[in-house]
Amino acid sequence: MSTTHMNTHDAHAEHEEHHDTGKDTIFGFWLYLMTDCLLFASVFATYAVLFMNSAGGVTAKEVFEPTLSLILVGTSALLISSITFGFAMISAHKKQQANTLLWLAATFIFGAVFIALEIYEFHHLISAGNGPQTSAFLSAFFTLVGLHGLHVTAGLFWMIVLVIEIIKTGLTGRVLTRLGCLSLFWHFLDIIWICVFTVVYLMGAI
Amino acid sequence: MSALLGKLSWDALPYDPIVITTLCVVGVLVSVLAFFVIKNKLLGPLWFDWLTSVDHKRIGIMYIILALVMLVRGFTDAVLMRLQLAMATNGDPGYLAPSHYDQIFSVHGVIMIIFVAMPFMTGLMNIVVPLQIGARDVAFPFLNSLSFWFTFSGAMLTNISLGLGEFAMTGWVAYPPLSGLEYSPGVGVDYYIWALQIAGIGTTLTAVNFLVTVFKMRAPGMKLMDMPIFTWTCTWANILIAASFPILTAVLGMLTLDRYLDFSFFTNDRGGNSMMYINLFWAWGHPEVYILVLPAFGIFSEIVSTFTGKRLFGYKSMVWATASISILGFIVWLHHFFTMGSSANVNAFFGIMTMIIAVPTGVKLFNWLFTMYRGRLRITVPVLWTLGFMVTFTIGGMTGVLLAVPGADYVLHNSLFLVAHFHNTIIGGAVFGYLAGFAFWFPKAMGYHLNVKWGKAAFWCWLVGFFLAFMPLYVLGFLGMTRRLNYTNNPDWNIWLYIALVGAFVIAAGIVCQLIQLYVSYRDRHQNLDTTGDPWNGHTLEWSTSSPPQFYNFAVLPKVSDLDAFTDMKEKGEAYTRHASYAPIHMPRNTMAGVAIGILSLVFGFAMVWHIWWLAIVGLVGMVGSFIARAYTSDVDYYVQPDEVARIENAHLDNVAKG
Repeated sequence: MSTTHMNTHDAHAEHEEHHDTGKDTIFGFWLYLMTDCLLFASVFATYAVLFMNSAGGVTAKEVFEPTLSLILVGTSALLISSITFGFAMISAHKKQQANTLLWLAATFIFGAVFIALEIYEFHHLISAGNGPQTSAFLSAFFTLVGLHGLHVTAGLFWMIVLVIEIIKTGLTGRVLTRLGCLSLFWHFLDIIWICVFTVVYLMGAI
Repeated sequence: MSALLGKLSWDALPYDPIVITTLCVVGVLVSVLAFFVIKNKLLGPLWFDWLTSVDHKRIGIMYIILALVMLVRGFTDAVLMRLQLAMATNGDPGYLAPSHYDQIFSVHGVIMIIFVAMPFMTGLMNIVVPLQIGARDVAFPFLNSLSFWFTFSGAMLTNISLGLGEFAMTGWVAYPPLSGLEYSPGVGVDYYIWALQIAGIGTTLTAVNFLVTVFKMRAPGMKLMDMPIFTWTCTWANILIAASFPILTAVLGMLTLDRYLDFSFFTNDRGGNSMMYINLFWAWGHPEVYILVLPAFGIFSEIVSTFTGKRLFGYKSMVWATASISILGFIVWLHHFFTMGSSANVNAFFGIMTMIIAVPTGVKLFNWLFTMYRGRLRITVPVLWTLGFMVTFTIGGMTGVLLAVPGADYVLHNSLFLVAHFHNTIIGGAVFGYLAGFAFWFPKAMGYHLNVKWGKAAFWCWLVGFFLAFMPLYVLGFLGMTRRLNYTNNPDWNIWLYIALVGAFVIAAGIVCQLIQLYVSYRDRHQNLDTTGDPWNGHTLEWSTSSPPQFYNFAVLPKVSDLDAFTDMKEKGEAYTRHASYAPIHMPRNTMAGVAIGILSLVFGFAMVWHIWWLAIVGLVGMVGSFIARAYTSDVDYYVQPDEVARIENAHLDNVAKG
């Protein structure tokens, strides 16, 4: 290795994005989201096949009608968190670090509210004797909603990891790419939730 | 069940003398290998240059080594089964206990498809695709390393099941309710679940990685319809992976919930529906066979074109045929269970769709024939595999069309006719393709030629052995023998079972020839160096690099203006140009994160199999922690300096000039 190594490297370090790896990463993340979408699609299909199979236990209507307003609150929290994440991205692109962190914190809180309500709902169902072991319908319900909840939880952890990185390194190109991926992930989960809310809760409560 | 060791106890150790002997042999081989590595001080290079490598070419070679090792294991299982069936005639119980026999046919299927065919395909794709499109690496080199280590962990989990506990006794498809807790209370199905799940996630990541690579990193001037045909077929395979593996992930996840948390997706009681498993499994499983065979079709196309010295006939129709097969491959899954009671119209739809796949496949065969027509075909080892494939695969394809007729399927379902059919297409299609590709690209990847004599011997043994081993199974299917029998009691079947055993031994001779070929070629490598990098007068960009290619692949990214980019360069006299100066090349650094996360996934999978919850948490937290640690690292790349590039390039060009 030649002695000019360090100099050249430094010269390039400032233009880390000139390979455009950021755009490739975002594209790759889109593709990953499509695979994730198919994962949800498979579980949706299973839910659609099994949701009538309450096997003498509670039916969809009995489960969802009493808790629908609670779910609506959770849904609103998740939808609002998408808006706040949008503001976080606008701030990030303007390189306003403090605002970015603030909006991310707001997103985190709304996301956490959603998860908390979901845990409450699950706990409520299980303690009433309507756990996932009761029937194929409840197995599919807990799996579909739980899979989404796991994704949101992972998103919350990811948010913490990124917040630490922003505090440590500032809004570098790499951080912006990662924030972009997380924001895609977050909005994607919102869309999935709208489907869950419609197919599982609204159609179930009718 | 103890908190410390879960379900693991002394009972998990093997008592079967066959298994104990196998483990001893494996133990001796591993010790010899370890001794050789340590004695020759290879531990350092092994770790720093290979295991932690993010170079797509080295990852590709490691995939192929994994595939070959697993091939030996999967094939041993095949011989054990054939031996059992040849001995257990006329009501004789044979030498394998039913519980052992059931594990062998299950593990044989899993290994051959998930841990031989898949890594072999992925390995060739890793080595060749970035070179063919003129890229310096894949889009996400670290992710590539991670994918490999996930695949490795899945394979090792399958191997561990041989020594600790048991493997699934359900067949490789693991249909519930048989694979549910009620009928499979042991750890066998859990090994199956976690081995497939971990390897499957690696495969999904590979697909995403390579799709970004081909869509975003092609050399300047290379349009999509300028991509070499092998790259195209791999791209379709990757689209299929991205579209089908999530279904496998989902269905295995549901089976996991049924088995671990007493859910009732697929149980007989509580409203479960086992048909849902079977539908989802084959919605993955059928595209999976095209994932295996499409890249093989690409390999044959490259070989036919290269060794006739002609441009591939009907390149565009080849690309579109591949696309049609990929899309049709998604709407035929129900033909795997015509007999399960769908309505006649549903069965007819899936039957017709299945038959239609023969059309684009036929297009491909005619394209190869027309490429050869009036060409001067050089009969090399890759060409022999190609010719053998064209004959063998056509037979397999025709028996497939027969099985696609629901009425015929009602007679042949679950018979040895089916077993013969899918071996005919997977061995005669996919495996012959990989072995052709192995012979074709070996000089490129390793820098020296394979021994031709042993290569031809291996081919003839495989071909003759294949026909001897599997044509009798067609006959046995017609005679009414069903699959997965562990003994028979019908004297009419005996002769065919004996012939099949002979066939298995002939294939074994083929595998031995290949191992000898590898040894002889390595021994004589200095006499057989490929100094030019273009041993076959190739058409595509991988042949424009040295053999083995420089770690950065291309000193200057090639400008592409033709489908056969390298032929075009050679004709215009632009190949092998000496550049006065080079720009620094941006390269990723090797990292141990891939190995670490892979091994931790193995720990996690093992712990989940045995219900050792604390260890599972350690594995999972370790994986996530290592990933985050890797994400926070900023020292992930470096620049190769122009003087070093010039030195390497000039040395190669001097070699080329010398011939």
